[in-house]
Amino acid sequence: MNTPENLQYAKSHEWLKMTGEGTAEIGLTDFAQDALGNLVFVNLPEVGDSIVCGESFADVESVKAVSDVFSPVTATVAEINEELLDQPEKINEAPYDAWLIRVEGITETEELLDAKGYEAVCAEEG
Amino acid sequence: MEKKTPLYEEHLACGGKIVPFGGYLLPVEYPTGVITEHMAVREACGLFDVSHMGEIILRGPGALASLNHLMTNDYTNLAIGRVRYSPMCNADGGVVDDLIVYRVADDVFFIVVNAANCEKDDAHMRANLLPDTQMENISAKVAQIALQGPKSRAILEKLIPAEQIPEKYYSFTREVSVGGIRCLLSRTGYTGSLGYELYCGAEEGPALWRLLLQTGKDDGLIPCGLGARDTLRLEAGMPLYGHEMDDTVTPLETGLGFSVKLNKAEFIGKEALVAKGEPQRKRIGLKVTGRGIIREHQPVWAGEKQIGMTTSGTFCPYLKGAYAMALVETDSVQLGDSVEVDVRGRKVPAQVVDYPFYTV
Repeated sequence: MNTPENLQYAKSHEWLKMTGEGTAEIGLTDFAQDALGNLVFVNLPEVGDSIVCGESFADVESVKAVSDVFSPVTATVAEINEELLDQPEKINEAPYDAWLIRVEGITETEELLDAKGYEAVCAEEG
Repeated sequence: MEKKTPLYEEHLACGGKIVPFGGYLLPVEYPTGVITEHMAVREACGLFDVSHMGEIILRGPGALASLNHLMTNDYTNLAIGRVRYSPMCNADGGVVDDLIVYRVADDVFFIVVNAANCEKDDAHMRANLLPDTQMENISAKVAQIALQGPKSRAILEKLIPAEQIPEKYYSFTREVSVGGIRCLLSRTGYTGSLGYELYCGAEEGPALWRLLLQTGKDDGLIPCGLGARDTLRLEAGMPLYGHEMDDTVTPLETGLGFSVKLNKAEFIGKEALVAKGEPQRKRIGLKVTGRGIIREHQPVWAGEKQIGMTTSGTFCPYLKGAYAMALVETDSVQLGDSVEVDVRGRKVPAQVVDYPFYTV
């Protein structure tokens, strides 16, 4: 399993990459994409939508099932990764390049884990 | 506590992602992933462990009569060496299970049932056997492996003489020696592609699995999990017990009328099916025309009216689209009509289409 050191992680298997003052990228972790299997559909919010810490802002569908994606921050959606709408498999191929959304105006961040802490969570889930 | 099939260690060796299913621990997929496994079966070949399926033998002078009493289909004219599908109904006409029956001899029948229903079937059958019938449940003693895909015949030809490979769909040959392992070999399957199923003694299952994988390697044979088994059967429009039918759904409602012989003198459920008359609901196929994937248990709407519920749905990798099946009111929609399916609060448009969605 791949867990880059420069990212922060939520227990619900999203990663957060701070990119500037109050701005960040959010994506799904390698553990999450592996557990979900081949992704075939992604449902993203719209630019300008408000997202709330701990609440679902998107869903991803594998062949087998649909899963909610939870936001690690309260913020506004600045950009969505439109490429994923047609090529959701990019999340499987490179989960840390395939950001789902870029956000701005972060007002709240949930308690996040570093790479080591997140790996421990994954180890527990098997 | 889930049981392991005789091939459990093989799945671990192949990197299978193990999940509980029908009371067994089975691989949902291997590192190749569902889509690659699905495509292998459509374009080359896939190998499935289906040892979780239950096997029951009926024998004796009363076996045929018992079978015709238990099943909705008619087995009177089934030739030795042939296989026939049937629902098995309860007295209300609901489906206890759907299964296939092999005629091994005049008075010996080999029945293959769904894993999750095996105990229920066993009890139902024992309680309803007619005289002079012996029943034996040999599920724990049998390994079953499905070899499915356009290359399946060529792979078998590397292992056994061509004349031992059953030619016709739903026929079988017995006492076939595959690398020294004694097998029953049938041209059957649950994928919609050309394919075969091999039954052997449980302890010989792992050796047969390895032999087949090794032999088929150059033809693109890969192990496939339950995930691909489900997407393949759905793409082929095949019903699955617990989805398209259960104890409360009749075989006539779910489009299995071809296997219900109401002209038989009697069978369990016949009176109820006759009394119910024309089915009030029917099984339809749906192709998603909007964005999204329809899953099971989602409401189907025609205009302002809810007409039924989906029973299965997924993304079909070969057709590269989302498809589903649903049980809806009989007169509500026709082929070609547009409907909407409530996918977690979002209405996703779909078109009523004929199934199988995929045919060879």
